[in-house]
Amino acid sequence: MRANRSGRIVARAWLGAGFVFLYLPIVALVLYSFNDSPIPNVWAGFTLKWYAALPGDREIISGLWLSLQIAFFTACGSVVMGTLAAFALVKYKRFGGRTLFNGMVNAPLVMPEVIVGLSLLLMLVSVQRALGFPERGMLTIWLGHLLLGMAYATVVVQARLQDLNPQLEEAAMDLGARPWQVFTLVTLPMIAQALLSAWLLTFTLSLDDVVLSAFLSGPGSTTMPLVIFSRARLGLNPSVNAVATLIVLVVTVGTVIASLAIARAERRRALDIAAAARGG
Amino acid sequence: MKRLTALLAWLLRGRTAVIGMPYVWLLVFFLLPFLIVLKISVSESEGVQFKDVLTLKDGVFQLVIKLSNYVFITEDDLYFKTYLSSIKYAAVTTVLCLAIGYPFAYFMARAKPTIQPALLMLVMLPFWTSFLLRVYAWKGLLTENGWVAELLTLFGVDHLLLGAGLIPALGKYMNSPFSLVIGMVYTYLPFMILPLYGNLAKMDLRLLEAAADLGATPWVAFWKVTVPLSKAGIIAGSMLVFIPCVGEFVIPELLGGPQTLMIGRVLWDEFFSNNDWPMASTVAVTMILLILVPLAVFNRYQAKSTEARR
Amino acid sequence: MSAPSAFLRIEDVVKDFGGGSIAVSHVSLEIAKGEIFALLGPSGCGKTTLLRMLAGFETPSSGRILLNGQDLAAMPPYDCPINMMFQSYALFPHLTVWENVAFGLRREGVRNPELTERVEAMLKLVQLTKLAKRKPHQLSGGQQQRVALARSLAKRPQLLLLDEPLGALDKKLREETQIELVNIIEEVGVTCVMVTHDQEEAMTMASRIAIMSEGKVLQVGAPAEIYETPATRFVADFIGNVNLMDGTLAEDEADHCVIDCQDLKHYVGHGITGTRGMPVSVAVRPEKIRLSRHAPPDEDHGPAFNRVQGVVKNLSYFGSYTVYHLELASGRLLKVSQNNTQRHRDHELTWGDPAWAHWSRQSQVVLTQ
Repeated sequence: MRANRSGRIVARAWLGAGFVFLYLPIVALVLYSFNDSPIPNVWAGFTLKWYAALPGDREIISGLWLSLQIAFFTACGSVVMGTLAAFALVKYKRFGGRTLFNGMVNAPLVMPEVIVGLSLLLMLVSVQRALGFPERGMLTIWLGHLLLGMAYATVVVQARLQDLNPQLEEAAMDLGARPWQVFTLVTLPMIAQALLSAWLLTFTLSLDDVVLSAFLSGPGSTTMPLVIFSRARLGLNPSVNAVATLIVLVVTVGTVIASLAIARAERRRALDIAAAARGG
Repeated sequence: MKRLTALLAWLLRGRTAVIGMPYVWLLVFFLLPFLIVLKISVSESEGVQFKDVLTLKDGVFQLVIKLSNYVFITEDDLYFKTYLSSIKYAAVTTVLCLAIGYPFAYFMARAKPTIQPALLMLVMLPFWTSFLLRVYAWKGLLTENGWVAELLTLFGVDHLLLGAGLIPALGKYMNSPFSLVIGMVYTYLPFMILPLYGNLAKMDLRLLEAAADLGATPWVAFWKVTVPLSKAGIIAGSMLVFIPCVGEFVIPELLGGPQTLMIGRVLWDEFFSNNDWPMASTVAVTMILLILVPLAVFNRYQAKSTEARR
Repeated sequence: MSAPSAFLRIEDVVKDFGGGSIAVSHVSLEIAKGEIFALLGPSGCGKTTLLRMLAGFETPSSGRILLNGQDLAAMPPYDCPINMMFQSYALFPHLTVWENVAFGLRREGVRNPELTERVEAMLKLVQLTKLAKRKPHQLSGGQQQRVALARSLAKRPQLLLLDEPLGALDKKLREETQIELVNIIEEVGVTCVMVTHDQEEAMTMASRIAIMSEGKVLQVGAPAEIYETPATRFVADFIGNVNLMDGTLAEDEADHCVIDCQDLKHYVGHGITGTRGMPVSVAVRPEKIRLSRHAPPDEDHGPAFNRVQGVVKNLSYFGSYTVYHLELASGRLLKVSQNNTQRHRDHELTWGDPAWAHWSRQSQVVLTQ
């Protein structure tokens, strides 16, 4: 159905305004990172001094390094756990406590982080009192992020698994592949893209997390978001703008490249299918 | 011995491992902590330590359940008001996200198929950028001399907002209900747009053609066909916004003020500032009870949507 | 009747999924080596479940399946010397045609140079040598099917299973592929069991057919046998078109019997062993009935039998033949099919014309079930 003229104008206006709303803060962040003034709102000239100061900013650098490590392990752990959970939910239609399992897997998606953070911390403290470990630090933060990441990873992998033609795995078995071989030779290559998305998603989530990290960190394990958060609480701070711009840059470049690559692959695939149908 | 080998064989079976590992993990790290929170919320606190609920003393089991925290919450005006306020803000945010996000998702879904992936990418991009930084950016935009602040003052919007009690004074937009809601709507808008878009994009357009054929104007067709069919997306999006908003901490902390009572901040303060762990636990348990119903709705929607895919 | 060398023996197999209905109910079949055997029936009749039990994806609740004497029931699908061609072809999308065909061989441990030899032989068999490097999405539907076939034959299985092999193809392609498929299977010489709901497919491709309904096998036989001598009402109705007339047995002798039906009387050229007055059905295929404007000549059994008068209520022109619906006195419609053997038919019957329908004493089948 063709949209009429006024409908199209409304559509474009709404979308346009929406995107302006979404991107305005980001643009402002980037712009003021070049502002030669300690008050980020009053423009006082172009400068790169905030960027220059970054490498010397010990707090930020160590925070960044810690966050990257935690994010990496979170992503890896989430993908493994999430894939297992997704398999459990898709392959096995009936098992004891399935509803509970489903609920537990999905809940972290929406639970307020303060609740998850508090409860996990209290449990870890109880364990620490009884067994003497774990100390609050990188490990505990990782555990919290993993809980959240697993929920997201499960959703992504589960969606892909459900779209898979079950006859493919049956065909593999029919041709002599044992269950483990079926997984590595057929299932895994087919969900590879979903695994990658899940990895990137959980990596980003972990890198950005404030509340869970706050509850679960210990002395000496301050993640970058925590550093930024404490600075932001105190007021506006141009060093934060500089970090922000760099992050925006990396994310934008990454996303654009990924989107273009995917678009190109899709186009080529569509052309192939059309050619085959014509009898090429 | 035979039982043992049978047990071992059962454990090593693929099915048990695949279900068992995440299940055990979740039980230990998700369910167990909640039970512990529950327990602590009813324990006597002695500074940072808290006495065990169930003790064995002189051969007698003693069960001490301290309900005073819960009583306190229900009696104390401040807690009650804060819970109410949190729900109110979450509800307002959800409604605004729906009002802004639904048309947005709708127009996206009806745009030319070739540009839809690009639109989707443009919506996802802020999502991948750190949310903390984007909330911080609003601080900059809404403080005095910020772009948005200046713009709003220019158009006299501040009079409107002051009249509605949403800002403390003319020209001062920060640390107010207004800035909090803007921050929350901004952050959670993608969470509303994405499920709605997913739902609307999959809609069979021929249904609208059928409606037109039967005499419905586009407006009528929208309300009678499109909206009911997108119900699942509306529910999903609303839950994805409402539930986390109730317990939001970072946004109220950075953009809210003394006027904006949010239960997430209360929990944080009880824990970090007052060191009152039992109280923090009580707040948490009560919060869980509050969101239990929407949580159940969300869970049922998730289960139903996975059923529908099969 | 058991075939002398029953290669595949299905013995009293039952599959009960629980929850009420039984998918496969006491099925026993014997299939000879090298046969192409079809399981034909409407959806839900249990044919697919039976096939899956042969493949190893389901285990029978009771009964045995013996392939060349070997009990298959407990074997997992990856150990069976049986291969299946799936309805959706199930080609591995991330592998090339070559790798798809080689998949099963690799699992067996076949290495180069034998691997290459066998894969290329298969590709040659299905005429896809030139497309070996392509991926499934770069192939047309017919080409994908040939890859699926090559893949399932590569391991030289003792039994080949086909699940609705022609379901996904359009009509023109289906006819060509039917013949091609049979040729390849016969060339390889493999025993084949196929499942289909399309009668034409079963009748064209298979040497013997088993008609299934609600989990039971109703009749087993060659296509002609099933068509001309159906064992039950269901079979008569399921295969082709038929006129089923209920009646009672009036006379029953060694060389003939008479059945009274609502509008007419049947004189059948053989006796059945029954009791006078018992209810039976008579099946007459539309092409066995002849139409004429005038009363047909008397047969030796007298003018009261094997004929009826009616009015042409409906006619459908199919090009090479026409189907008439003749309305009888009771309002019942009789289906008659006539070949259009001449181009210009000036005296053709049309709507509203009265006509006589008559048939010979050899054209009926009397059914008691």
